[in-house]
Amino acid sequence: MELLTLLALVLDSTLRLSAPLILAALAGLFSERSGIIDIGLEGKMLGAAFAAATAATFTGSPWAGLAAGIGASVLLALVHGYACITHRGNQVVSGLALNILVSGVTAVLGIAWFAQGGRTPQLPGEARFLPLEWPGAAPLRDVPGVGTLYSELLSGHNLMVYLAFLAVPTVAWVLYRTRFGLRLRAAGENPQSVETAGISIIALRYRALLCTGVACGMAGTYLSLAQSASFINDMTAGKGYIALAALIFGKWRPYPAMLACLLFGFLDATAIRLQGVDLPGVGEVPVQFVQALPYVLTVVLLAGFIGRAIPPKALGVPYVKER
Amino acid sequence: MSSSEKRRNTTPTAGAPAVELLRINKWFGAVHANRDVSLSVAPGTIHGIVGENGAGKSTLMSILYGFHRADRGEIRIAGRPVAIRGSEDAIAAGIGMVHQHFMLVDTFTVVENVILGAEGGRLLAPGTHRARGELAELASEYALEVPPDALVGDLPVGLQQRVEILKALYRGAEILVLDEPTGTLAPQEADHLFRILRRLKGQGKTIVLITHKLREIMAVTDRISVMRQGRMVAHRDTATTTVAEIAELMVGRRVLSQVEKEAVKPGRDLLSVENLRVRDDRGLSSVRNVSFSVRAGEIVGIAGVAGNGQSELMEALAGLRPVVGGRILVAGKPVGAGGRLRRRLGLAHVPEDRRRMGLVMPFQARESAILGHHDDPRYRRAALFDWAAVSRDTAGKMDAFDVRPADPRRITAAFSGGNQQKLVLAREIERDPLVLLVGQPTRGVDIGAIEFIHRRLVAMRDAGRAVLLISAELDEIMGLSDRILVMFGGTIAGEFPAGRATERELGLLMAGAAGRERSAP
Repeated sequence: MELLTLLALVLDSTLRLSAPLILAALAGLFSERSGIIDIGLEGKMLGAAFAAATAATFTGSPWAGLAAGIGASVLLALVHGYACITHRGNQVVSGLALNILVSGVTAVLGIAWFAQGGRTPQLPGEARFLPLEWPGAAPLRDVPGVGTLYSELLSGHNLMVYLAFLAVPTVAWVLYRTRFGLRLRAAGENPQSVETAGISIIALRYRALLCTGVACGMAGTYLSLAQSASFINDMTAGKGYIALAALIFGKWRPYPAMLACLLFGFLDATAIRLQGVDLPGVGEVPVQFVQALPYVLTVVLLAGFIGRAIPPKALGVPYVKER
Repeated sequence: MSSSEKRRNTTPTAGAPAVELLRINKWFGAVHANRDVSLSVAPGTIHGIVGENGAGKSTLMSILYGFHRADRGEIRIAGRPVAIRGSEDAIAAGIGMVHQHFMLVDTFTVVENVILGAEGGRLLAPGTHRARGELAELASEYALEVPPDALVGDLPVGLQQRVEILKALYRGAEILVLDEPTGTLAPQEADHLFRILRRLKGQGKTIVLITHKLREIMAVTDRISVMRQGRMVAHRDTATTTVAEIAELMVGRRVLSQVEKEAVKPGRDLLSVENLRVRDDRGLSSVRNVSFSVRAGEIVGIAGVAGNGQSELMEALAGLRPVVGGRILVAGKPVGAGGRLRRRLGLAHVPEDRRRMGLVMPFQARESAILGHHDDPRYRRAALFDWAAVSRDTAGKMDAFDVRPADPRRITAAFSGGNQQKLVLAREIERDPLVLLVGQPTRGVDIGAIEFIHRRLVAMRDAGRAVLLISAELDEIMGLSDRILVMFGGTIAGEFPAGRATERELGLLMAGAAGRERSAP
């Protein structure tokens, strides 16, 4: 019984911790499937988190925050597009540059506007996305098994968590069942085949980056308006890179990428639970070790545990019209 | 909207040519790639365009398909002037193109490839359904059967090409342009392609065929246009011309299509291969227990459709690919791993892909000409290069192999394909090796240079050296070899003395039809 509750708690925080990863991984999926490497997920999330917190502070509305977050992220995605699509720049360099730029700009603006060492002011509840109680969750809480599952696991998350998990089938549907998805996949594999079919590869890739911007904006907003109640310097703490790793583990496919995000979320949740816990036979596990676990796993998995991930063939190759 | 209007506009004006190009001009920087090129293709015919590499054929077709825009000139389709600004306009005008390098997505199914760009709505399901039905119809109408749900990357080249043709027909193409369509096909596949083309012609489609293979163009076209150095130099009816005349028009002088060869009595084994086993890049076994030898004074040709282990065999012999099992002997001595000892034993290698493996494109010619021989004391002065000596040496090689322009300091990439290839051959042959491995010696090389290269290979043989030749050109294999081996699926499927092999026999073995010749159509 004790164990079941513990498990429910860990799984509950797994969902909350993987939600932003899922949104960011899906964001990366659009960009990378179209052939543009997106190492800038980190920067876009951070920028969105800052813009969302700022807008929510001034307006008191989480929706205005979400709009600002998406706006900031889309803007950054378009800058990446301008460098990589229009001017055929190096996609990794452009992405990294944006990450560094955003990390600095958010800190500077944060200090200038709010004078709290780069933080934004603590947001009141109505300016955030709060947990939604599902009907009947409270009375069912004490029913063993199903009740715990329902009230702990399914109910009581904020709107963005549900959106993140709904986004997975939606993106899969777009990718595999629509014209845009077909062209997107073709663009990442063989852009010439798209161009010779009479479709502009440039317009297509910009559209893909718009989708990336929107999804990544949601991921960033989640961090400052749902998970926390303010923006903190560098609060993404590598989540953008983890999401990119999850996308690669998932071989650039929506459902497997979601599973990879859940795995990372689970490790993170476990790490939090394990802090200060005495494990039988091991003793107390050092906090640092537990916190390092997701990153160690990233390295192990990347080192070939998942088999060879075959990226879209044209990924990272600037498109130049033949000769 | 406008695309369907344009299609209506192209209903043929009676008697007008299907395609008419009027005084097309195109510059790339200072290079005048097309000079006042005019062309008229009659509807319902197969029209061949021939010319050497760099003659401007591909540029002309790129203009027709909207990849490039002409700097001057007019395009008329079925008698009406059209502006072709991109592939979209070309498709709308009823032009379909089968590119030399297929424009297919390997990870897509056949149906997905066919509907890409012509999905017929935001959702895929209805378009896919419609495409299935139409593909079945097209398949039976033109002998274009392809499994609709197979992944294109898993299909053999011949079938991939059919997918390209289907793509064009699915978009309603009335004019089909094929760029070097038989480059990677086995002879039987090429024959099947020609049957398809004739059937398309029978249904009133117009076909433009770009090629440098003269025999094929004589077999299938109604009319031939010849390009040379950016100009259209002649038009001929196929029925009233000859291969010799077309070849002469292409090159601008008389050429010998067959190399004269004296009978030579082969001597001892210079290259012996015993039970050789090699894996390809994916770790799959690609050369399976192959044994053969090449004797002094002999050219042995290996025929085969690309991807049957010839390339891996060549790389293993040259020391570029690890050997899994078996032995390689040069003049009776086993070679170790790597290339250095082999070279000392007298093995030289002209790789299949000169751009990727034979030369360093941004290097000066003299730097490319000593690749792999940097430690030669002749090029050295103390610890430094003696560039004057290298230049002299390279100039000598360029002279002996007729590399033009004979400028040792010119950047390698600035030479034409034929001259680059001669530079590689000069580097390898001038050291007078015992065994010469040559892969695709004339790929992307002009007819004039082909003749020269062939003569040099025969001269090697006449001098008592052993030559192992791998080529996708069956004509080349048959014309040069004293013995022909056919590779299929990583094994040697057959061996013929020169002169005893017919193209049909070789083709069947290349296609893996060894035991079932009778059942082939």
